[in-house]
Amino acid sequence: MATLKVGLVSPEREIWSGEARMVVAQTIEGSLGILPGHAPVLGVLLDGSVVKIEPANGDKMITAMVGSGFFSVAADEVSVLAEQAELSDEIDVPAAQAALEEALSAEAADATAERRARARLRAAGIEA
Amino acid sequence: MAAQLRQLRQQIKSVKSTAKITRAQEMIATSRIVKAQQAVAASKPYADQITQALTALVSHHVGIDHPLLHEQPTDNRSAVLVITSDRGFCGAYNANVIREAESLITALREQGREPVPYVVGNKGITWYRFRDREVAQTWHGFTDRPVFGNAEEIGRRLTEDFLKTDAEGGVGEIHVVYTEFVSMLTQSVQVRRLMPLEIEDRTGEGTVPPAYEFEPSAQAALDLLLPNYVESRIFHMLLQSAASFQASVRRAMKSATDNANELLGVYTRQMNQARQAAITQEISEIVGGADALAESGGE
Repeated sequence: MATLKVGLVSPEREIWSGEARMVVAQTIEGSLGILPGHAPVLGVLLDGSVVKIEPANGDKMITAMVGSGFFSVAADEVSVLAEQAELSDEIDVPAAQAALEEALSAEAADATAERRARARLRAAGIEA
Repeated sequence: MAAQLRQLRQQIKSVKSTAKITRAQEMIATSRIVKAQQAVAASKPYADQITQALTALVSHHVGIDHPLLHEQPTDNRSAVLVITSDRGFCGAYNANVIREAESLITALREQGREPVPYVVGNKGITWYRFRDREVAQTWHGFTDRPVFGNAEEIGRRLTEDFLKTDAEGGVGEIHVVYTEFVSMLTQSVQVRRLMPLEIEDRTGEGTVPPAYEFEPSAQAALDLLLPNYVESRIFHMLLQSAASFQASVRRAMKSATDNANELLGVYTRQMNQARQAAITQEISEIVGGADALAESGGE
């Protein structure tokens, strides 16, 4: 079966790269699933969303929180570029929870901070 | 005689401790160069991808447009971003950057433009402050290990100013002076024009980029990509400068250690000479005394 060559990169380092069966990313307009053979797309990521990657070797699903960025798909190559990106097992859950509470309690509701904190928790598998 | 000997011993002791410090600094810098180079390498995938995406975007949509791509003939001010270091002990590193920046500023003045410095790093800030020169903004505290957030901050400010007009305190073009890390031995100061952006249309080069669809729209993608691209360029320059800085520190500290060792040789020789002279004098005094005694006893 054809696979996708996936690279998840932030400006400071490459976070994950390898072969995958499927990638799910969220744009401003909604979720987008990418399978091998997908048409070339350049999409803007929703700031504070979750990217899911299903590795080709059958490992468990990789989830990562992403901040502002974009993804491009071309010839079965997917690159996800995000200014902030954290893999699920790198996420500091208590810190994310604290950030969420702070974002919610702040007088001027900080929608981005709230979305990012929620995305962190979702990526870590804490809150649906 | 004994005083000279004591003084030389003291000097040797102090030179030795200086050599120890500079040697340690040299070794620290050597290990940090490796880290700085790794940071440069780690940032490469992102920079490559963003350049590729941007090229694809621009070469496919000739119609799309963005203010960051425009020349601004009405704006007469030019920003000069000078990237120096926070610390010294790095030989001519900062002097080279500042010299290059100054010659750029002079050249811009000759063209009838008004240069405005933006300075990164304590050393540059001190230089401009000492000369009472007007500086638009300064940043410091991260030149050893820049993170993307720093580049973001600088990029935001520069983009903002670029989009303003002269009257609002904006600028018409942005130049950057930084140090490129060529190798452990060579670092060269570079002057680049960062904005307006020039994107090469590479459609003529055989591989045609795929016809992308855009989600949600090409304009939205460009609005996001361009500032990100600028920030990633600045980040690259900060990382290169950091690696060059460590290499300069290493070289400066190595020559300081070598000089100290040379000085140590000279002082040791002088000390031995002084000690030998003291011994010779003592012997001749004893012999002279014994002779005098023998002569007086013989009478």
